Amino acid sequence: MEKKIRVLVAKPGLDGHDRGAKIVARALRDAGMEVIYTGLHQTADMIVETAVQEDVDVIGLSLLSGAHMTLFRDVTKLLKEKGMGDVLVVGGGIIPEEDVPALKKAGISGCFGPGTTCEEIVDFIKKNVKR
Amino acid sequence: MSDLASKVLKGDPRSVARLISLAENNSSELVDEMKTIHKHSGKAYVVGVTGVMGSGKSTLIFELARAYRKQGKKVGIIAIDPTSPFSGGALLGDRVRMTDLTMDDGVFIRSMGTRGMLGGLASAVYDAVEILDASGKDVVIIETVGVGQAEVDVVKIADTTLVVLVPGLGDSIQTIKAGIMEIADIFVVNKADRPGVEQILAELESLIDISCIGKDRKIPVVKTTAKENKGINELVGEIEKHRQYLKKTKVFDTQRRKRYEAELVEIIRKRLMNFIFDESTFKEKVESMIDKISKKELDPYTAADEILGKILK
Amino acid sequence: MTEKGKKTDTSANEDTPERKTKFETLSGIALKSLYTPKDISSLDYNKDIGVPGEYPFLRGVHSTMYRGRLWTMRQFAGFGSAEETNQRYKYLLQHGETGLSVAFDYPTLYGYDTDHPLSRGEFGKCGVAISSLKDMEILFSGIHVDKITTSMTINGPAAIVWSFYIANAENRGIDRRIIGGTIQNDILKEYIAQKSYIFPPEPSMRLIVDTFEFGSKEVPRWNTISISGYHIREAGSTAVQELAFTLGDGLEYVRWAVKRGLKIDDFAPRLSFFFNAHNDFFEEIAKYRAARRIWAKELKKLGAKKPRSLLMRFHTQTAGCTLTAQQPEINIVRVTMQALSAVLGGTQSLHTNSMDEALALPSEKAVRIALRTQQILAEESGVTNTIDPLGGSYYVEWLTDKMEDETYKYFDRVDKLGGVIPAIEKGFFQREIAEAAYKYQKETDENKRFIVGVNKYKMDEPVEIPILKMDEKGEERQINRLKKLRKDRNNAKFERDLSRLRKAAEGDENLMPYILDCVHSYATLGETCGVLREVFGEYKEPAIY
Repeated sequence: MEKKIRVLVAKPGLDGHDRGAKIVARALRDAGMEVIYTGLHQTADMIVETAVQEDVDVIGLSLLSGAHMTLFRDVTKLLKEKGMGDVLVVGGGIIPEEDVPALKKAGISGCFGPGTTCEEIVDFIKKNVKR
Repeated sequence: MSDLASKVLKGDPRSVARLISLAENNSSELVDEMKTIHKHSGKAYVVGVTGVMGSGKSTLIFELARAYRKQGKKVGIIAIDPTSPFSGGALLGDRVRMTDLTMDDGVFIRSMGTRGMLGGLASAVYDAVEILDASGKDVVIIETVGVGQAEVDVVKIADTTLVVLVPGLGDSIQTIKAGIMEIADIFVVNKADRPGVEQILAELESLIDISCIGKDRKIPVVKTTAKENKGINELVGEIEKHRQYLKKTKVFDTQRRKRYEAELVEIIRKRLMNFIFDESTFKEKVESMIDKISKKELDPYTAADEILGKILK
Repeated sequence: MTEKGKKTDTSANEDTPERKTKFETLSGIALKSLYTPKDISSLDYNKDIGVPGEYPFLRGVHSTMYRGRLWTMRQFAGFGSAEETNQRYKYLLQHGETGLSVAFDYPTLYGYDTDHPLSRGEFGKCGVAISSLKDMEILFSGIHVDKITTSMTINGPAAIVWSFYIANAENRGIDRRIIGGTIQNDILKEYIAQKSYIFPPEPSMRLIVDTFEFGSKEVPRWNTISISGYHIREAGSTAVQELAFTLGDGLEYVRWAVKRGLKIDDFAPRLSFFFNAHNDFFEEIAKYRAARRIWAKELKKLGAKKPRSLLMRFHTQTAGCTLTAQQPEINIVRVTMQALSAVLGGTQSLHTNSMDEALALPSEKAVRIALRTQQILAEESGVTNTIDPLGGSYYVEWLTDKMEDETYKYFDRVDKLGGVIPAIEKGFFQREIAEAAYKYQKETDENKRFIVGVNKYKMDEPVEIPILKMDEKGEERQINRLKKLRKDRNNAKFERDLSRLRKAAEGDENLMPYILDCVHSYATLGETCGVLREVFGEYKEPAIY
């Protein structure tokens, strides 16, 4: 039986812009993945706990409010503490180029800013999923 | 006992989640683990919740879970959504309504896609129920895909089945397919603050009167407004009453027996299908048979004889 | 062109093929190659088009429009702490903007103080942090709030933030009867699109009608609502949906106020609107014109008698979602085109986006260029020399009518669902928007729609736009300021005022006076909003894709 890629699409913090997250969720579904959407206003704790219960292979963090350096790194830090380094973490939204190296260092494997196509995200996940 | 199984029995969420994934992927490691799990399951009470889209099932389950938590009970929730027959993917969005329970360690929520299974359930749901049971949950609530007549399989696995309706969704009860109405142990009229509630209650009453003639239990109807936490305690009470009724009349055991029968059938079915379609060498033979059938060089009955013959030998 | 007598939608034939098989507006309205008098032959100039400043106001809300007074140049701005934003406001005023517009950070939008756990990482990132009256005092220090109008983009806690503004003015000796401005205060579109709601629909509407009532009696020069389509459009809707959903929301507010017992002519003149200026140039212009005519018609139907009650006055912002991170300088061109459509559409007030806003909040240079864009349109283009210059265009009048038709179709659908709030609960608007957003993305991904620099005319050059940097010490300063404020205020009075607010919230009195009292006692935003959260509860949205 073919294993499905399970992806958690999460909105950390107070940012309410979910147009992109919802489109990506649909695109991933159309690419054959099982997508769990957390809804808005998730703390790092909630995101990681959900990832545990849903045993996801990928976490996609969507943020457009500028708080990505704090909130994305909160998530990767917590994942590391729980020994969940085999979960692929990607980020999207408004992420200036100059912040990307620090995010990559913290464990965000891919950053998808404005102008990214859905296909790029799907391909990246399929190629880089670790589990 | 394996490390994984013992962690599951202790209630470790990661292990529970991992084992459920093994079940969903029908992995070979599953069999031994599940043999252990079955020795420790059977205590949890299973509540199935079905109803049309828009009936507020997720919010209802959220409030139900909170009520059980107040009683000190541990709750497992399985939320099932349809897998797309075209892409094989699924959007599992029921959790959004239950997000406030994420950090409660007495609650475990798992979203599942139907993955091709008809009937409103996911093929791995039997295993998931056993796993949550063995991990210490007192109640397991299953939210099914409930969109039509065919989505009634929940009755095979649940001890109590709730059918959730809402007033004014455009359909009067007459038009809701027969199957879904017959499986209810309890009817829930949710969003009872909406106009049309009196009408739907009246229709339900006459339906219940007819269908419960000669039976020793009349199906109760509970009005709820889940988002305002109204009617939930009453619902919990009715579920408990039903449980006591089942135990007293021994129907509980008959139902459970049916569940284990269904579970056994499902395990056999999966194994057969696995063997036929996933075993590398055998699959090729089967695929070539299907080609022949398409070209009318072979008929499906002869093919089945051959396949089953090989297996049963 | 073609055989005699045969009507055709296209100028194509074998010798002159067309570039595409279908030409459509962004809303999917099919377009012919040419519009002629036949397309508008049923229009009666006096009844359907009319004169600016007179019913049905199609050509403009005022009789002189820009010949009398230009639109207000009002750049949305805010970041970091009140001190930093105060500097930016002074910069913009110095460079010629004529109205202020406040952007708040996420914690403020949600009614949380900077030191609330959920505010982590969010301080000042997408707007200015305002946690108390003290912050408002700093924000407007050295600015003549009696001489300039201020628009504040705040929704859930709008009543409280408005109270900060009023209290600040009064503390400086300025009468509340003369201050002018706008609070966005449009909760329905939050549920539909922007998602910065706090409380459920009923108590939110109660608060909004409280502000209408209070405003009409106490702060008569204030627009107590800016009924918005901008965010609906940004969430991915089409122009028709933006038009229909916004006006639909507006009518819902009118109904609620009338249900409370307010007289329509007492509050309707202070309802204002906020639209998006997106890419399809003529569709946007038709949209603004249709909006004016529909609003006037509907308010008349609802019993409004004063001409001022029928005016659809609006602010416009150029479409943020059309800005690209690739080749950001060309965003200046996009914004110019979009701004022009707003001006030709008769906007009362305009914000032009800066070229770097796909990447960050605008730098000084970028926002200055955005302001200059408006100034060039005003001073050099000549489009302000006459009113509604596109009036009478066969295409524009036809398209205006068409958009009005499509809007009424949506009104019917929403009616059949039971009205605006039932439709929100059923996820109707959210689903329409999500579908339109997905379609747009798919068309772009499949190269059926082109975005210059993104999937056509791409370049590999690195982007070298200076990104706005904020004062890193700002958050710490703010938290200390809050600590000091909570210590120094008269805490007995504060407690008293807060509990009186709670009691009033549980009842049905107008909450504005109670909120103002709390604000004067230096209750923080979080503390005041916290009381309302306890009484009203919090809203949870359904998951619609």
